[in-house]
Formats: sequence, C-alpha cells, structure tokens
Amino acid sequence: MKIVVPVKRVVDYNIKPRVKADGSGVETTGVKMSMNPFDEIAVEEAVRLKEKGVASEVVVVSIGVQQAQDTLRTAMAMGADRAILVLSEESPEPLAVAKVLKAINEKEQPGLFILGKQAIDDDMNATGQMLAGLLGWGQGTFAGKVEVADGRVKVSREIDGGTEDVSLALPAVVTADLRLNEPRYASLPNIMKARKKPTETLKAEDLGVDMTRRLTVVSVAEPQQRQAGVKVGSVGELVEKLRNEAKVI
Amino acid sequence: MTALVLLDHEEGRIRKSALSAVTAASQLGDVHVLVAGDVAVARAAAAIPGVAKVLHAADAQYAHELAEPLAALIVSLAGGYDQIVAAASAVGKNVLPRAAALLDVQPIPEVVSIVDAETFVRPIYAGNALATVRSSDAKKVLTVRGSAFDAAPAEGGSAPIETVVPATNPNVSEFVAVHLSDSERPELESARVVVSGGRGLQSEEKFHVLEPLADKLGAAIGASRAAVDSGFVPNEFQVGQTGKIVAPELYLAFGISGAIQHLAGMKDSRVIVAVNKDPEAPIFQVADYGIVGDLFEIVPALTEALN
Repeated sequence: MKIVVPVKRVVDYNIKPRVKADGSGVETTGVKMSMNPFDEIAVEEAVRLKEKGVASEVVVVSIGVQQAQDTLRTAMAMGADRAILVLSEESPEPLAVAKVLKAINEKEQPGLFILGKQAIDDDMNATGQMLAGLLGWGQGTFAGKVEVADGRVKVSREIDGGTEDVSLALPAVVTADLRLNEPRYASLPNIMKARKKPTETLKAEDLGVDMTRRLTVVSVAEPQQRQAGVKVGSVGELVEKLRNEAKVI
Repeated sequence: MTALVLLDHEEGRIRKSALSAVTAASQLGDVHVLVAGDVAVARAAAAIPGVAKVLHAADAQYAHELAEPLAALIVSLAGGYDQIVAAASAVGKNVLPRAAALLDVQPIPEVVSIVDAETFVRPIYAGNALATVRSSDAKKVLTVRGSAFDAAPAEGGSAPIETVVPATNPNVSEFVAVHLSDSERPELESARVVVSGGRGLQSEEKFHVLEPLADKLGAAIGASRAAVDSGFVPNEFQVGQTGKIVAPELYLAFGISGAIQHLAGMKDSRVIVAVNKDPEAPIFQVADYGIVGDLFEIVPALTEALN
C-alpha cells in the first residue's frame, strides 16, 4: 500500500507571528519557515507504517512556492521515499489543495492519505475532511491511534469528551492529532540520503485545478492585548479581590 | 436568508457551543437546526427560542454523528439554505469541511465575529492575529467558536419538528466505540469557572490537589499541553490552540508558564488568576491577579479560604 502525505511550509512554530504594518497579512519574508508540526506527525506515522511493513512507499506532496522543496527534503530525510512539488502561490486555500490532492490521487492511487489535522498558520483544519469528501472516502480526523488491518483502518479519534473509535474502508483519509506519535529528528546521514531522493515538480494548472481564492482577506489585525494585572501577596488578599473587586466568587 | 445549524450533542444534551452557533446564525437570518440522533435532543432543540424549524435525522446511520453520512445529509438539504453553520466542536470541525467540499465551497472555520452576510472574523496563527475575510461563495459554510457568542437560551421556543429523508450513506465508515471521561464536573467549554494545571503539578498523583478546589468552585478542570504530554491527565483536558478554547468567568492557572499556544485557549476569560513559582512566567502578563509561590501550599490554602 502506498501512502501519500501532504506537507505544508509554514512560519516556524517558535516564531511569534508579526502582523504586517499595512494589515494585509502576517509577515513571512525573512522569517524562519519549517514543516507544519502536524504534518511532521503525519510523515512520522506513514514512515512507521512502512517500517512495520504495512506500507510499501511513502510519497510526500507540497503545494506552494518553490521553497517548499526544503520542506519536502525534510520529509524525505525523515524517511519518505519521494516527493512531488506542485507549484502555486503561497498557502493556497484548503478547497484548492484538496482538489490538487484529488488529482494526485488519480496519478498515485494510494491506499491512504495521512495529513496533519491543521496548519498552524491559517488554522483552517479542513483539508483532510475536504479531500475525503471529494474522493468519497472515509475520514479518520484528529487521530490519536491508527491501525491498518484486513482492508480497513481503525482510527482512535480525539473528540470533545474523550475518544471515539471508527473503522474505515480503505482507501481512506486520516488526519494526525498531536499525540499520534513523536516525530523523529532526521539524522545527518538521512539528510544526505534525502538529497538523492527524487522530486517531481508539477504546476497546479497542469493538473487542471482552479486555484482561485474564494476568501478575500479584508484585513489582518493584532488581537486586543490583555493588560497584566496585579500580583497579590497572600491567598487572603486574592480571595478578597475575587469577591469584592472582580466579583466572580 | 435562512441558515441551517448542525446542532451537535453529547449524551443526550445539546452542546453549549452549539447553542452559541444558533446565536451566531440568528445574526444572519432565520434559523433552522439539524439534529442527528435521539428524538429527545430534537425536542430540546425545538424549545430553543429563535429556532424556526427542527430537522430531525432519526435514521440509525446518523446516531453517532459520523462525518460521511452526516455531510451527505447536509448536502441533500443545503439547497434551501444560504448558510450552513455549526459549532467549532469536534463534530462541527469534522463534518462541515466535508460538506463544504461536496458543495464546492471554501469553509470559514472558527468564526469569532460576523461583520455582514459575506464577511467574517476568524483567528489565525493560534490567535496571534485576527483575519477579516470576505467569501465569494454563494453559500457560506462556517463553524463558530462557542466562546465568542452567547449561548441561545434552552427554553421558551416551540418550533415544529420535521423528520428528514435520509441521504444515501457513502458506507465507508463505521462507528466502533466511544470512550468518554466519567466526570461529575461541568463541561470544560461551558463551565463558569475553570481550574487548570500545568507542568508545575509534577505528576498524575499530585494533579489531584486541584480537585477539592474545583469541587468548591463548581469548576471544570483543565490542563496545559505540557501537563497532558507528561501524562498527568488525558487529552480532553487540554486548553489551548490544539485543545479546547475556553472563556469562563474565572480561569485559575496553577503551575502553567503561559506558552502562546495555551494563552490562545484561555485569554478571553473574564478574570484570570495565575499561581506560579516563577515571577517571570509569561502567564502573569495576562493574569488579572497573580501569586508568586508554591502551588502545593496555595491551592489547599485557597480551598480552605473559600469555606
């Protein structure tokens, strides 16, 4: 079984995002970019399934600008076998990404797509669900555990009050939550090896996908900052403040 | 204009965040709600003031709110609606994007404010920025953040209930089991008071120190990602960007340093109290009241002082 893992290049999670002065978006030039952390988890899960003999090949795909090549290299250094770069403008919308991935599906015919549950830049949490919808496949979103057996995938999903187990017919779409696994660091020899792994470059328009945005950004603003309050010296003082000043107890 | 709100529920109760979705939808026009599952929930939905009609999906395939049949059902009903709305709950986030894809619509997730019928505000970058976006799709599909809209009242309405014709089930998914945390406590996202613990709690055993205080305050218990990753409490306790977004009247943070991703989940609380032994902990920058000290002394003392 082949597994396809889409990966996104985003502002590194350790960087505090800065809103551009003209309010048109968040600054990304000159900022450290990395693989979306949830996508690292997705790559790790696919590589583990290959190591267990469940998967035969792991193909990573990124849809975006030329520099997403670096993100694909990282995924290959983690153990993915080859990569596809689909050139488009930076950070296309989930609907367009899902359509590109549907076209990739026709080309690659994987048994499983594993995606990160959301990208930490636009926080959409939508691409996996949308891809599953377009393909008419089952979706195991917010996965905390994935088991493949007998032509099905059992997914333990993180839900509001606990967990839910679902069983999906293969092929299927899984989206990785935080605790699915702990992604490995790529070792230096593997980073070197990844340089020799093949990357195919395509253009979104060659796949016949309309990338037109449906959402126009009117403005991006900093949220209102909370003011720091006071430090109190004792529990008695705290209780007094909560009762008489804040009136919350 | 009429909006269809997917009203999700747990153990026979409508989620508070779903009631917030009703409030959000009522800002756009008339509100119909869709209830998948038990008839008792459909009856409860009919009592929400402002709901004009309840669509009840009674068929067994909808019993567990699985995304595949439910999205197909929403698509079959969508023709009569200008907006499809749900809470940004686990169910809403699972089902609505799938339905949106089938409708060829780009969904607008986690809406915190509605500017007009085309324009919505949503947080990006873990709440470090707010984007105002305008949708060119004819139909809007949105999930709304519960903490940003008041919950609609539960009583006072009397909407008619209509049983809907099931849509074709894609038959690609099966429900196996659900494991819910047993808890007498209020739901984290709707509690008036939340008592939260972080890495400073040190262990699963020591985390229990928060319980008498939570009992006293009638509070839900939450946790930082560090506490969850360390195995002190299960995943569903996590407050933050990738966990639950809460905005209670009172949020008490014990032994939580205040990582950006945690602040994203609680900074809209009305009053924040922080207890941490590190006076430089970033949590103090958002706290209304802070105490620098040992939480293992302060928590019992606070519990005692509330007697």
